[in-house]
Amino acid sequence: MNDNEKLLEIHKLYKDYGNGPILKGISLDISKGEVVVVIGPSGCGKSTLLRCMNGLEPIQSGEILLDGNAITGKKTKWSEIRQKIGMVFQSYDLFPHMTVIDNILLGPLKAQKRNRAEAEKEAEVLLDRIGLLDKKNSYPRQLSGGQKQRVAIVRALMMKPEIMLFDEVTAALDPEMVREVLDVMLELAKNGSTMVIVTHEMEFAKAVADRVVFLDRGEIVEMDSPQEFFTAPKTERAQKFLNTFTFEIEK
Amino acid sequence: MQDLGIKVLFMGNNFIRLLEGLWITIKISLIAVAISIVLGILLGMVMTLKNPVTKTVTRVYLEFVRIMPQLVLLFIVYFGATKAFGWNLSGQLSAVIVFAFWGTAEMGDLVRGALISIPKHQYESGEAIGLTKAQVYMYIIMPQALRRLIPLSINLATRMIKTTSLIVLIGVVEVLKVGQQIIEANRYTVPNAALWIYGTIFFMYFFTCWPVSLVASWLEKRWEN
Repeated sequence: MNDNEKLLEIHKLYKDYGNGPILKGISLDISKGEVVVVIGPSGCGKSTLLRCMNGLEPIQSGEILLDGNAITGKKTKWSEIRQKIGMVFQSYDLFPHMTVIDNILLGPLKAQKRNRAEAEKEAEVLLDRIGLLDKKNSYPRQLSGGQKQRVAIVRALMMKPEIMLFDEVTAALDPEMVREVLDVMLELAKNGSTMVIVTHEMEFAKAVADRVVFLDRGEIVEMDSPQEFFTAPKTERAQKFLNTFTFEIEK
Repeated sequence: MQDLGIKVLFMGNNFIRLLEGLWITIKISLIAVAISIVLGILLGMVMTLKNPVTKTVTRVYLEFVRIMPQLVLLFIVYFGATKAFGWNLSGQLSAVIVFAFWGTAEMGDLVRGALISIPKHQYESGEAIGLTKAQVYMYIIMPQALRRLIPLSINLATRMIKTTSLIVLIGVVEVLKVGQQIIEANRYTVPNAALWIYGTIFFMYFFTCWPVSLVASWLEKRWEN
């Protein structure tokens, strides 16, 4: 599954919004082709961790390396780094004034200066794969939440990122649309994409993860294979967290 | 006596003179509105910065323009600045300066409002696909902000067109002044000229502002998405 080739390394990442630390020295290595699922109670810092990895949040100390090069320095050209680190957000934020195809092509044409015809062909292949080729010229408001989120994934994929970050991409969706989005991500995992996924879908985490990272109060409490983590969590905090997802009816 | 009044419009070159006056009005408004839109967009972007210096300066500028009656601004520039600094500004140029000064401030505030009404996610997802800050503004934020701006900026533009009637008071002979001259000249021959002349000017203003509104609603329809 992984050949120990480290794609992304996080060393002692420390983040503070100014009212108490959010991340207290996170260290995490992600290998090429690995799928890491980050779970934890709300407010534990999962989303912040992803946002730091994409430079959307400044960090106070620590270091992040991509392909062995530090990307947390002052001189980082984030517009270049972000082409290698794709990100999909919770609120499926397509650009409302552009059609689906224009949304998808904006990055390749403007950030990467690619040829339109060639990029469009590639976009069509991807759209076809997620079953939305017929929506190519639709506007985002004409799509359902699940469709928008799938388009958002394709938009990120078009940059051919080395790693994809998913920040609770199904949290804002109606339950019946969650599946179609998760299926796209499973497909990506199968094809060997490197991904970091923040999610509340435990069954999905079990299925997709190579490694589960349990984050609580700004620190990594437990890190294990999904089999181990979900069947025999080692720490009390993880046990307690997992228990909130099961129901027992007292009689 | 009814038929007497309307003929004042066609005596000599009265109607042509009115049109010439209207052209002055339109010219000054157009130049001032164009300058206001361009500078206002830039100002609006500056106003969204978190820098305390730019925040204070733009705030003071905006409040100054809001509090000052336009007429006072016109007097300050035309009578005050010309005397104090020895500049030789024509009435028309002073008018353009004042109206652009006013329009830029108001437009800037409208742009600021439109910009901050665009959800933060739009900026972030633009940056997340590797666009630079400038590209994010150019392709994602501005097109959406401009759509929201249309009704408001059209309102501002028509207000500016109407307010140009004040420049009579710094001696610019625009449509209203021409009208007054015609009325005065025909005081004895056509006593009810005022009704006809001012009525004509009413329609002239109407047909100046109306197309602006038409363009606005056309743009709004076109940019519905």
